[in-house]
Amino acid sequence: MAVVRLLATRVFWGIVCLWIISVLIFSATELLPGDLASVVFGQAKTPEAVEALRKELGLDRPPQERYLEWLAAAARFDFGRSLATQRPISQLIGKRLQRTLLLALTTACMAVPLALLVGMLCTLWRDSTFDRAVNTAAVVVISPPEFFTGYFLAFFFAVKLGWFPAVMLTTPSMSFAEVVHAIFLPCVTLLFACFGHMMRLTRAALISVLEDPYIETARLKGLSSRRILLVHALPNAIAPIANVIVINLAYLVVGVIVVETVFNYPGLGKLMVDSISSRDIPVIQACSLIFATTYIVLNLTADLISLLANPKLRHAVAA
Amino acid sequence: MAISKPKHPPLARNDARRERTNDLVLDIAGLNIVSSRQPDAPPLLKGLTLRLKRGEVLGLIGESGAGKSTLGLAALGYQRTGCRYDKGVVRFDDLILQHNDEAMLSSLRGVRMAYVAQSAAAAFNPAHRLGAQITEGARCHATFSRQEAKRRMVSLFRRFDLPEPDRFGDRFPHQASGGQLQRAMIVMAMLCEPQLIVFDEPTTALDVTTQIEVLATIKKNIRAQGSTSALYITHDLAVVAQVADRIMVLKDGMLVEENETSSLLTKPQRPYTKELLSVYQVQRPRGRGTKKGAGVLLRGEGLDAGYGGGTRILEGVRFDVSEHEILGVVGESGCGKSTLARVVTGLLPSREGSLWLGGEELPRRLKRRSKEQLRRVQLVSQIPDSALNPRQKIREALGRPLSYFFPQRRPAEREHRLNELLSSCELDLKVADAFPAELSGGQKQRVCIARALAAEPDIIVCDEITSALDRLIAKGIVELMLDLQKKLGMAYIFISHDLGLVRAISDDIMVMQGGRVLSYGAGSEIEKSKDAYTQKLLRSVPQMRVGWLDEVLQKRG
Repeated sequence: MAVVRLLATRVFWGIVCLWIISVLIFSATELLPGDLASVVFGQAKTPEAVEALRKELGLDRPPQERYLEWLAAAARFDFGRSLATQRPISQLIGKRLQRTLLLALTTACMAVPLALLVGMLCTLWRDSTFDRAVNTAAVVVISPPEFFTGYFLAFFFAVKLGWFPAVMLTTPSMSFAEVVHAIFLPCVTLLFACFGHMMRLTRAALISVLEDPYIETARLKGLSSRRILLVHALPNAIAPIANVIVINLAYLVVGVIVVETVFNYPGLGKLMVDSISSRDIPVIQACSLIFATTYIVLNLTADLISLLANPKLRHAVAA
Repeated sequence: MAISKPKHPPLARNDARRERTNDLVLDIAGLNIVSSRQPDAPPLLKGLTLRLKRGEVLGLIGESGAGKSTLGLAALGYQRTGCRYDKGVVRFDDLILQHNDEAMLSSLRGVRMAYVAQSAAAAFNPAHRLGAQITEGARCHATFSRQEAKRRMVSLFRRFDLPEPDRFGDRFPHQASGGQLQRAMIVMAMLCEPQLIVFDEPTTALDVTTQIEVLATIKKNIRAQGSTSALYITHDLAVVAQVADRIMVLKDGMLVEENETSSLLTKPQRPYTKELLSVYQVQRPRGRGTKKGAGVLLRGEGLDAGYGGGTRILEGVRFDVSEHEILGVVGESGCGKSTLARVVTGLLPSREGSLWLGGEELPRRLKRRSKEQLRRVQLVSQIPDSALNPRQKIREALGRPLSYFFPQRRPAEREHRLNELLSSCELDLKVADAFPAELSGGQKQRVCIARALAAEPDIIVCDEITSALDRLIAKGIVELMLDLQKKLGMAYIFISHDLGLVRAISDDIMVMQGGRVLSYGAGSEIEKSKDAYTQKLLRSVPQMRVGWLDEVLQKRG
């Protein structure tokens, strides 16, 4: 089966990619001046105390050995302990990853259908006032950086109008509606950052497919514009659309770093930023690895969707 | 693009003044279509008038840019992007087509009027099964129920000799061959028994042996349908002569001549029509060109070749080209004829076998060939656009072989030679300072020929040098090649899919299929060949006379 072989190849290279990234992450922290032990003691270090901690953390052993140990542990979601709090990192991350995913998924649930729908309407009513207005608006909202959009929205809707909270606080006891209300502004900030890109590329992909000869055939069969767009153009535009959507979803997970900081939301991005300021290296490593994995898994998904959307691969040539 | 719901427009309004006085299905009067991108450019169609009777097949013929497709599509009320309706009336049956009334037009298209595109391979949507696409028009317009549409489709599949008629509709476009797709497209057009079908070059993209099958299908079924009329668009007079009752010759968006098929073929009135007819009469000037029995110039023995580690494209090919001889190589797409050109010129090293040039063995690889060996074997390829560097002026393109092969010549001599080459290829001397993009397709091919001549070769490999060109231009190129050969006396390996042309100009002919040589010899020997494929190929070449197709079909029984 051609499809299975192709899929297996993609998955294999995804794993290779992940492995290379793990090497990069590990060696990057290895290359930093001073090791964990000297970081922990900061200014107050004495050579003896540093040496003792190095022994305790196993830093006197060769890096290859420590890398393999770290990798083996990471594969079991055991990232060691945080230097700042001494709590297991997996515990630290679990809750925050959930919150980040909540934010990213809520945004995705709003952004993806909206971008697809608006992209299709723009294609259908190409060069109309609607098309031009939406395209201009998309460029306007995508252009400023997220921290600007975030503060801007917070200023108007939280400070001036008081409709939504400026700081996100979610508790397990909140109802779904309350949660959505609480995370509304950061969601919209993220939406602004990725909607325009997805919408415009959906439109571009559909318009390029509409140039194909089989669209002319469909028109000359007397089909309606709507049917041509949905039945004839869309299935052939799935691969490029899936790619742009997935890249934007990956961006959502990573883009939360800025937005979480702006809205002071205790998610994974905020954790990473805090860990950088406190030089909590094991936590930074763990967060980087999670972000990298998200990117790779999502890109792999886009590849799989493109492969499966291609009838030549799904159905082999008849003998 | 306006949203149009697939509803039936008020046809009744027109029914009221239904006139049965004339029997016209299509009545186009004073139609002007202009370019929407360049308003100053001459119109694509200039005041065109066309009448098509019920059950009639009208052939539209002309070269590229004549406006044939534009006219064919305008008959369906359709303009491609870049074309704009200007003025004129298109009357279909008892309706006047409103070019901007999408609801009215889409209620007619696919039901009462249908279109068959040139390349069915591109015209079917790759994402859907053939059956779903073929019955889509009938289902969306609610002409037939799903079951009825499917039943009709299967019976048409059977009539059109498509494999596994009951299950053929389950295939995706990539699971059918080009000829099958073209027939499936005709099934799609005929499913709702339309009053008008526009065939837009339906066989141009096909090999000759496939073309004849599709032509036969069209011929048989259009007549069987009875009430269906057709516009048949093509650039090939021999093809249209087989199917059309009447022919219109178009040039630059205007009508040149219109007549009954047989009269037009036998008694053309206009010089342009006569010219179009003459493309079937290429004659090789008999002179010093055909000295048989001269020494063997190029010999290939047991040539095997393939790409990468893949399958063999050439298998045990052997041939001899004598001095001043033309060896014609014919075969259908994929038979290995272009691969042979690559092997001879060294672009693709052969795996087995040997090539001998005037008694010395040619190294397989291009890099190992000496400058002198490179000079003696030159190539002219199919698409001049990709053979000329778009950023080099013609002077540079021709100057390169002059300075590479003849470094001892002085600049003045080279300039003289350059001008000589241009004029021998019937090109204006001003062409030297033009970029390829400023030249027409025919001019570019002449430049490529001049570049091959610049090396003063002993043999030129011509790989489909005319197939990207219009017939008239192609005829000019072939005549130039024959003329040059008569003057300069080199040998050619003339590769083409056009057996008629090859037969007219070659000393020896080599028929290839699947990388093997099936028959080899002079034209008269080829005709007597016992090889079944060679005979089929010979029979399939359309002949410029009415009734040729009927005869072929009759002989087959």
